[in-house]
Amino acid sequence: MALDDIYKEVILDHYKNPRNKRELPGAELQCHANNPLCGDEITVFAHVDGGSVAEVTFEGAGCSISQSSASMMTEAVTGRPVPDALKLAADFRSMMAGETEPSEDEFGDLIALKGVVQYPIRIKCAVLAWDVLQDALTGDGDASGAQPHTVA
Amino acid sequence: MKVEENETKAGLDVEAIRRDFPILARTVGDHPLVYLDSAATSQKPNQVIEAEAEFYRRHNANAHRGIHMLGEEATEAYEGARATVARFLGAPSAETIVFTRGVTESMNLVAQGWGRTFLSEGDEVLITEMEHHSNIVPWQMTAAVTGCTLRYIPLTDDGQLDLSGLGSLLTERTKILSVTGMSNALGTITPLRQLADAAHAVGAVIAVDAAQLAPHVAIDVQALDVDLLGFSGHKMLGPTASGGLYGKAEVLDAMTPMLGGGEMIHEVFHDHSTYKPAPWKFEGGTMPLAQQVGLGAAIEYLEGLGMDAIRAHEEEITRYALDRLLDAGATVYGPKDASIRGGAVSFWFKDIHPHDLATILNEQGVAIRAGHHCAQLAMRRYGVPATARASFYVYNTLDEVDALVEALAGAETIFG
Repeated sequence: MALDDIYKEVILDHYKNPRNKRELPGAELQCHANNPLCGDEITVFAHVDGGSVAEVTFEGAGCSISQSSASMMTEAVTGRPVPDALKLAADFRSMMAGETEPSEDEFGDLIALKGVVQYPIRIKCAVLAWDVLQDALTGDGDASGAQPHTVA
Repeated sequence: MKVEENETKAGLDVEAIRRDFPILARTVGDHPLVYLDSAATSQKPNQVIEAEAEFYRRHNANAHRGIHMLGEEATEAYEGARATVARFLGAPSAETIVFTRGVTESMNLVAQGWGRTFLSEGDEVLITEMEHHSNIVPWQMTAAVTGCTLRYIPLTDDGQLDLSGLGSLLTERTKILSVTGMSNALGTITPLRQLADAAHAVGAVIAVDAAQLAPHVAIDVQALDVDLLGFSGHKMLGPTASGGLYGKAEVLDAMTPMLGGGEMIHEVFHDHSTYKPAPWKFEGGTMPLAQQVGLGAAIEYLEGLGMDAIRAHEEEITRYALDRLLDAGATVYGPKDASIRGGAVSFWFKDIHPHDLATILNEQGVAIRAGHHCAQLAMRRYGVPATARASFYVYNTLDEVDALVEALAGAETIFG
């Protein structure tokens, strides 16, 4: 286990210079989730045109893993048909669960996040943006998985 | 490590202490373990590990039940631990100590056993914005059942209780003030005697969450004049699932048990039951016996070191850590004066997210906590989602503070 496995250059680059980090005016799909445990927060905006993801942006704050994963995600899914984008989200989760070995062709830069698998407590940071994307594309609303129970 | 040259002056032989804690000999990769997360849970000395193991090896039986030799020995060991806790807290008798599985259970017992008995609509519960969730959520649950109102003492910018408006918060409507003795997120030590007097002046009861205070500062519940005080054994060198709740006899007598079941009853009938007297009426079900016996050993270990020497040692380490962290450019949340705070130091360093920081520090063997520390109201008050937190105890050295600060420099290299 080495820090180079998790803090790869491409991850730090996406963290310091996030791509597509802005609101998307007129986006018909939008979803927000947070991970209260560490304060990671992601909102995904998507514009779908003709069954494809025409444009995706995000806003948020959090650790380098959550934010770089969101940045890479926006680049990875733009232009893909919605079912393809959802499949990539599923494949990404499967890579982070250590269940499948990712193909570089399919994953591109995203493969850099594979090192996070060695840090189990950080996996949810990497997956957060993808959960939000999936819920935005499938219209599932709250992606946080929280069971709100209001008392007092 | 140059332990001799770089040691606190408190009179603790930290080198000898460290030899009692086998886990401190572990390494993380090539680095010696630097354990700076005692506010989450403390490590355990051999004396405690042995006491717990010895209970299982020689004395194990259920307490208060077996009419046989082992049953009597187990009962004696368990009740002996209760007497040890009472002595440690300055309590008038062992019967004022209820064993619980830690502060979370203690505060739930207060919020339910006291709160649901005495609170109703129009009554107010006063807590503070620096509370751990275990002294917030139980009151919200009680408020939902009883209709009472929950109010909060706000915080000052430097992480202390803002008592300037106490007169309008603590009134005849206030039935209980429930407050931490030392904040786990900010390190702040609260003025318990002053708060107890203020609560009693309006006829309210005061309950204290001493999860962080009890391990680090000598407590005399009678001198503080607090009515209820909960603590966790695992944060004070004892086993997990050990801990308790001190209560004045008349307060415990008036409280309703939270758990019904075996061993807490006097007699059971078809339509009702009668209970044992306090503290046993609160101890339904088989308790963590070996763990409370281990807690007794932990307290004897702490008493052997001396709580005043422990406090002096930690104050010195905390002062050094505050100086070094602030020098390195960290933002520290909570008081900067080590004399009014404990050794849990929350900080941000160079805009590096606490989770990133904790991962990087771990590679240097340095174990810190990163997160909201179960104190989201305090985090929100200071505008941060999470902080990094280093916390110190009897076995920590000034060298380990240096290791922390050096590891921070390494993090800056990665994120700089």
